[in-house]
Amino acid sequence: MFKRSEQDKRPPVQIFVDGVAVAARQGDTVSAALLASSCDARRSTAVSGAPRLPYCMMGVCFDCLVTIDGVGNRQGCLVPVAEGMQIEIQKGKREIGR
Amino acid sequence: MTMAPKREAYDVVVIGAGPAGLAAAATSAEAGLSTLLLDENIGPGGQVFRAISSTPVTERNQLGADYWAGAELVQALRASSAEVIHRATVWSLDRNLDIAVSIGGASAFVKAKRVILATGALERPFPIPGWTLPGVMTAGAAQTMLKSSALVPDGRTVIAGQGPLLWLLAAQILRLGGRIDRILDTTERGNYFAALPHAFAFLTSPYFAKGLAMMREVKTKVQVVSGVTDLSASGDGQLASVSYVAGGKRETIPADLLLLHQGVVPNVNLAMAADVEHRWDDLQLCWSPVLDASGNSTVPGIAIAGDGAGIGGATAAVVRGRIAARAAVEALAPATAAKLAPMATLRSDLAKAERGRVFLDTLFRPAPQFRIPSGDTIVCRCEEVTAKDVLDSVAIGATGPNQLKAYRRTGMGPCQGRLCGLTVTELMAQARGKTPQEIGYYRLRAPVKPITLAELAAVPKTEADVKAVVRG
Repeated sequence: MFKRSEQDKRPPVQIFVDGVAVAARQGDTVSAALLASSCDARRSTAVSGAPRLPYCMMGVCFDCLVTIDGVGNRQGCLVPVAEGMQIEIQKGKREIGR
Repeated sequence: MTMAPKREAYDVVVIGAGPAGLAAAATSAEAGLSTLLLDENIGPGGQVFRAISSTPVTERNQLGADYWAGAELVQALRASSAEVIHRATVWSLDRNLDIAVSIGGASAFVKAKRVILATGALERPFPIPGWTLPGVMTAGAAQTMLKSSALVPDGRTVIAGQGPLLWLLAAQILRLGGRIDRILDTTERGNYFAALPHAFAFLTSPYFAKGLAMMREVKTKVQVVSGVTDLSASGDGQLASVSYVAGGKRETIPADLLLLHQGVVPNVNLAMAADVEHRWDDLQLCWSPVLDASGNSTVPGIAIAGDGAGIGGATAAVVRGRIAARAAVEALAPATAAKLAPMATLRSDLAKAERGRVFLDTLFRPAPQFRIPSGDTIVCRCEEVTAKDVLDSVAIGATGPNQLKAYRRTGMGPCQGRLCGLTVTELMAQARGKTPQEIGYYRLRAPVKPITLAELAAVPKTEADVKAVVRG
């Protein structure tokens, strides 16, 4: 859906999406990294299970909710990627203890 | 890196580091007031100047001179003594000017003598059939990715809607080598006539020449369809096509990405939760705070600057930030106010920056069918409530947005009404034959962004706090 511009010379950052290594760039938010990757990043909603992707990318819509390093319901559009970060695409509502 | 505020109390706390917040914090600190700037994003700039100090887009002309103007504001702020904390989500502000802020998963509390809210704007909801499908995003979302990560659309891309941002985004995407297949312009034909009486002010504003040049730049490269009166997205679990009607003729085109935009509206959640009075603005079709000429709200000590005070654009936001900060300085340290630009100069700067706004507001006033949906179109994205659900609730007695919560949970999901509130107000107003002002808005309360129970439980408490809730 999105591609990176060639002028982007930021250093790479490796993150893991459901255990699979994904190349991100330093300064990407988790949501931007997911949308730039070839992963199926669609979460499913807590209410009906409908598939969603980030909508606003500015912290207001909550359609980017994702599990980051074991913590659920994080707004992926507000969290910068970090080396080795473990992302899980969140299916349904946040689970107790996560 | 987690950084809690250094002090428990400040003269001025500014919330939001966009154009207004950057200018307000720098001005307040320059006058010697202890100043704290809290911002939810990774770096300064807000949305307009998003990623201004970190963007990977190095070819400056691609983002345009208006964007790079933000760098000066950041420089001025950094040269000042203002304390700045990013990734800090303010979740409570009350009449006592007590502020609760979540930083790195822990909450901190600060008290202010004056608060300047610079929480800016968000994109107006665009509730068309299929707007929750993966592959449908706001134009602002695409612009955010473009500025902060140099990402551009590369699949079949349709941009739909109206307003200056739409054309700016299209130009930026093309300059960075991205793909746009078609632009669907939803500006109502009648708006051109309605806007005509205000055209002179606009013609003499800086927006005119820039806007025209940008539209020309885009139109030479992309097919633009104007007079679009109906719009929907469809697909099975993913956007597959966009369907529209223009000139009475329906057309359906395959698409991987649909970017929607019909203007921006004040982000009112924090101000409303602090009990600041808002009124329905019938031209801008949104809630705007009741403010005096210096941005002071109906809650003593709370001022609002920038687009959160009513949409005025980035240049006006900067001036409003300076005005609100100067007013704070005049109240708290009148002797030092002489160091700052005189209020009369600021007010004339503001009048200049706001010139042409009425023209833009009138021309780009979104059409009713794109604001007030019907049938199975989702109104509340979080709780997945449709227009029909809302109307059915009205039919059995729901009188306004707050009653509707009990019927349908609209506005009670994580976004707290940000993506449905205006739609619900207008939909219910229409159904009940009332004005939006009469129908009202959700009663907003802290926490204005969700925080975990664990974070609340970890908040430091006094013995009296514990006694107040523990029995026996």
